[in-house]
Amino acid sequence: MATTYEAIATVTVGSGGAANIEFTSIPATYTDLLLMHSTRQNAGNAPSLLIKFNSSTSNFSSRYLIGSGSTASSGTSPANYAGNSDGSSNTASTFANGSIYIPNYAGSNYKSYSVDDVQENNATEAYATLIAGLWSNTAAITSITLYNASNSFVQYSTATLYGIKNS
Amino acid sequence: MPTKLVVDCSTGAVEEIELTAEEIAQREADAEAAAQAKADEEAAAAAKQAEKEAIAAKLGLTAEELVKLLG
Repeated sequence: MATTYEAIATVTVGSGGAANIEFTSIPATYTDLLLMHSTRQNAGNAPSLLIKFNSSTSNFSSRYLIGSGSTASSGTSPANYAGNSDGSSNTASTFANGSIYIPNYAGSNYKSYSVDDVQENNATEAYATLIAGLWSNTAAITSITLYNASNSFVQYSTATLYGIKNS
Repeated sequence: MPTKLVVDCSTGAVEEIELTAEEIAQREADAEAAAQAKADEEAAAAAKQAEKEAIAAKLGLTAEELVKLLG
């Protein structure tokens, strides 16, 4: 059976924390990319997780659907929002989990992406998010950054980038 | 000094690199912009809610009753 998912690289945050997690020099040899992550930040309640493609925060747009544990909402975001992490106000030692799927990342059209993200919290309020996003840029994606400008990722946050062939 | 974890996918090498002064300034600007965007969003939501409640009050209904009526 042909290999479909191939782990390109994985990273785990160390004891000092990290402001950004960056995957660089992404090869153009796959059809799609999948970034799986498990993250917690050093501040906030369900702090946002943001993405950059090729170090850019421009030309992102998206539709989101969010469940908070008691209500659901949807809307349009012009920003590079990619779900929620756990933060220091959430249950200790828990991490949010999510994925970002980017088909045709190396092509010359605008890049669509989808996000499926769930937050862990031992309380009624815990967010689950679906996002349909578009990066209106024709450049091949060669780097992806996860970040929140106000916070850092804590130790044991992880991210793995998969390349997908034969999908 | 804040750091970033950089994974070079061509080699698999992971480096922990201190942010430059420029990157720190950009983070601060991004954080400020995000806080402003959130405040704008909350203000817009509050204005929308106030508008709904004003309409409901004119009709002698609660906002919830108005939502049910329109739903």
